[in-house]
Amino acid sequence: MDIRAQVSMVFHLDKCIGCHTCSIACKNIWTDRQGTEYMWWNNVETKPGTGYPTQWEDQEKYKGGWERDSRGRLKLKLQGRAGALTNIFYNPSLPTLDDYYEPWTYDYKNLFDAPEGDDQPTARAVSLVTGDFMDTLEAGPNWDDDMGGSEVYAANDPNVLKSLSESEQQSLKTLEQTVFFYLPRICNHCLNPGCVAACPTGAIYKRGEDGIVLISQNRCRAWRMCVSGCPYKKTYFNWSTGKSEKCILCYPRLESGQPPACFHSCVGRIRYIGMVLYDADGIEQAARSPDDGLVDAQRALIKDPYDPEVIAGAKRNGIGDAVITAAQNSPVYKFVKRWGLALPLHPEFRTMPMLFYVPPLLPVIAAIRDGQYETTAGMETAPADETGPNLNTVDKARIPMQYMASLFTAGNVEKIKQVYHKLVAVRMYMRSEQVGDQREEDVQEALRRAEFTPEQCVSVFELTSLPTFEERFVVPPMERERAMDGELPPLDPYSRKAAGGFGFRDAPARRF
Amino acid sequence: MSDVIFVGFPYVALALAILVGIYRYRSDTFSYSSFSSQLLENQKLFWGSALWHYSVVLILLAHFIAFLLPPLWGGIVGGSLRFFLESLGLILSLVGFLALGWLMMRRFSTRRIYVVTTRMDWVVVGLLAFQMILGFVVSLSYRWGGEWFVSSTAPWLWSLVTFSPKPEYVTAFPFLIQLHFFTGFLLIALFPFSRLVHLVAFPIGYLWRPYQRVIWNRAPRPGPGFRTS
Repeated sequence: MDIRAQVSMVFHLDKCIGCHTCSIACKNIWTDRQGTEYMWWNNVETKPGTGYPTQWEDQEKYKGGWERDSRGRLKLKLQGRAGALTNIFYNPSLPTLDDYYEPWTYDYKNLFDAPEGDDQPTARAVSLVTGDFMDTLEAGPNWDDDMGGSEVYAANDPNVLKSLSESEQQSLKTLEQTVFFYLPRICNHCLNPGCVAACPTGAIYKRGEDGIVLISQNRCRAWRMCVSGCPYKKTYFNWSTGKSEKCILCYPRLESGQPPACFHSCVGRIRYIGMVLYDADGIEQAARSPDDGLVDAQRALIKDPYDPEVIAGAKRNGIGDAVITAAQNSPVYKFVKRWGLALPLHPEFRTMPMLFYVPPLLPVIAAIRDGQYETTAGMETAPADETGPNLNTVDKARIPMQYMASLFTAGNVEKIKQVYHKLVAVRMYMRSEQVGDQREEDVQEALRRAEFTPEQCVSVFELTSLPTFEERFVVPPMERERAMDGELPPLDPYSRKAAGGFGFRDAPARRF
Repeated sequence: MSDVIFVGFPYVALALAILVGIYRYRSDTFSYSSFSSQLLENQKLFWGSALWHYSVVLILLAHFIAFLLPPLWGGIVGGSLRFFLESLGLILSLVGFLALGWLMMRRFSTRRIYVVTTRMDWVVVGLLAFQMILGFVVSLSYRWGGEWFVSSTAPWLWSLVTFSPKPEYVTAFPFLIQLHFFTGFLLIALFPFSRLVHLVAFPIGYLWRPYQRVIWNRAPRPGPGFRTS
């Protein structure tokens, strides 16, 4: 057992209102420089939808992540080692700027300087790459926002195409059946990252102490294999500096005890961050599991932070008491392990992503009743043939379970149903407690099916609906603070001088 | 005059390449990049980049073998493979030249690529194209240069390496061949001042490095660990 610590995350999708505050917080801090305008280290996608870059989930096109070969061994879907060197002059699986969008600003100056005329002056779009006017804007950030049911976007969602039958696809397009929800995405800081493995230079690495995946800007040589290797398309190529960049999980903020900016600014408070302890020896084995066992295999990697053996293993690896305590208080551990409510996004990519999602109940239970769209239709005890958060919710889901399974359980429908049974049980139990309109035998049946106790329902409810800032964000003191507190051997404060952050003394711009 | 062109200049070029190259690597590692433009333009790049790189790599390889192991090279080109190798070299230099022309056309005509092209990029690509066409003309008009190389060019280069320069090996060469030498060393001189440095960044180590990299702020923890490097 090789116990390591990882900063891990949970996004509760029922609470996401799709406001993009997270994206803007991130952009303002990290990606407002030339060459990074099109990068969205944090973005919020509408699902069903094609996402960013377009159809990123289609790995037949982009070749991201890992696959099991016929002998059960793990290999990069992109290419072998020799392939990386022979494809280095031209990467056949690289998305181009047109798969994202060409960033632009507006010619605001014209609003002030235009000569007097019959018409109002306009501010035309100006490309941030070429500086030319752009007459037609064909794509932009969140171009498919809220386009559930769209023939262009929702209909071309790789999950829709892959997991749903023709008639199910058709029914999603009818107005009454239209359904969508939001999927905020950042770098998953995977345990078995495809970007790290695909980098020919070895410029990408995982930090041992907290598992954050970073790209060394000094070592990157623009071979751009990481962009293809990451199945989530969360490494981006900076066309101006000739370097790849990605989400750094705001490590400078984490190191001073604050949650990352996208977490801190989240309006719906959907985001949770915390440490988990995992067994690094088991990663390769877990990543080789068959598709329908991947979720369980990944959960099994995360170890109980109260287990004395795990604690001893953690201490052997130099993990401090504060980190172990943080792992014990981690909201992520509760959602992922204790309750089994949070699932990894696309586990079949086999990178072991450490960002987990509580799948949304609302798009499942919403229904049209008496011509009215009701997000909570049938909160009262409903007849068995109606939709609503009752015992039949999961089987009569407004969005097919196959779709959710394609996103979160590598197609394992039973697994995603288990999670939904739990979410329904929490709803029904809390409603019976607070409104009292649920049939007692229905509530008991829901609890039995979910394998939840009433106490667990209350805990889930409390961490979902009433958590404080400190309960959502459990950030332990990181290396630097621990050294200052005397918990670790002291660091010479000057040893890292000019090496903090990106560590540049010259502007990170092209010079030759 | 020949001392300047065939002794002084090569030494200056090599000194610049090595000293400035190392200095730039140590003081400005960030600037070592291939500056790929594939993100901005994907379609035209394929034929240009793939053909150019593969042809120039093979051509450079032939030059290096001939330089490092003249007897071996002499044996090869002196034998029955001579016609084949000379023809291959001719074709490769033509392909390389055409590919470069294609790439220059791409840089010039695609706005997105044009705006990320520096003046040094134009100088380098122009010189490379010039050098390619020189090589083509030389191998077309002065046949069997592969053999001359063994008896004249290689000794001249070795005389430079061993610091006992003997320019007389090459002073009698036709002008075009001498120009080919000169442009070659000019490119070497420009190496540390351009994006040519990506040549030494070729990631051959990828063939054997562990897939995953974990870096600890502190010394690595004991225990075998998962594919740690």
